[in-house]
Amino acid sequence: MLTKKQLITKGILAVAPHMFSVIPFGIVCGAIGIELGFSPILVYAISIIIFGGASQIVFLQLLSGGASAFIAVTSVGVINSRHLLYGAVLSEYLEKLSFIKKLLISYIVVDQGFAESKKFFQKNKTEPYLHYHLIGTGGTLWICWQLSTLSGIILGSFVPEELGLKFAVPLTFIAIVVQDLKKLDHVIVMITCGLSSLLFFDAPFKSYIIISPIIALFVAALVLRLKK
Amino acid sequence: MTWSSIIIAGIVTYFMRMTMVALVDRDLLGERVKAVLAYVPSAVFPAIIFPGIFINDYGTFIEINDPKIFGAIVAILVGYFSRNVIATILSGLFSYWIIIFLL
Repeated sequence: MLTKKQLITKGILAVAPHMFSVIPFGIVCGAIGIELGFSPILVYAISIIIFGGASQIVFLQLLSGGASAFIAVTSVGVINSRHLLYGAVLSEYLEKLSFIKKLLISYIVVDQGFAESKKFFQKNKTEPYLHYHLIGTGGTLWICWQLSTLSGIILGSFVPEELGLKFAVPLTFIAIVVQDLKKLDHVIVMITCGLSSLLFFDAPFKSYIIISPIIALFVAALVLRLKK
Repeated sequence: MTWSSIIIAGIVTYFMRMTMVALVDRDLLGERVKAVLAYVPSAVFPAIIFPGIFINDYGTFIEINDPKIFGAIVAILVGYFSRNVIATILSGLFSYWIIIFLL
């Protein structure tokens, strides 16, 4: 059995490599907010209140482009609706927590933390304090995200656009799913999702980001049925 | 106006994170649904990966010789064989930079 401290440490170590993507992207997020003409306090508050990478950029870009508050808020909701899927997966491992702890831990669940903790949970189902791993991954992501967006706000236009730092985002997710390329069923699901996202990219409110996973999960259900 | 939108967007995002963990009873999901949910990473992350590579900042498709495609291929190969997250991210970034700055 692992202690709480060991689990937190394992979580931190599991998600730490992704900081090579999270930190550059956080700097870009902060810098874009300033570039679009928003006040530093407002740009930083978004990192705490929304705490959701790409959705923060979309939110500010929409508002600065003259979109209504309704469109901006709806887009954030649609982009972040994928967390419903993460929650559905994690709930199995968090069901023994008290209601208050569930409310608290939910705030720090983001993509990379979900992915790394899910991998760990699957292999260590019997550990009693599993959620400490999620605190390790989510807490690390939260702290690094706050510090890097803050740096981006301070550095502002000093961040060279030519570097194309946003490209670090697809790379961190490639690192997460690349080992599943060994399994044909996963490859089919990934290609379905990827092609759907390109096909529906122009759908309103950035909804491609939830439409394509839903299509891919239907395909996954079909694949499961065929496997039997 | 902007502040109230931020707060509403924050609350909406928090509900997306919290609903399935705290409000929905796990037993409502049948075994088949749970089996399908095991595919969530493979079913979600390509929706971030593909547009991040193939669509540029202006919302249009990139050319077939775009350095991002090269960077992504390098990252996939390095990631597949090294099983190392840092190597995957950095090999992708550096191969992308080599093309845009040196060639």
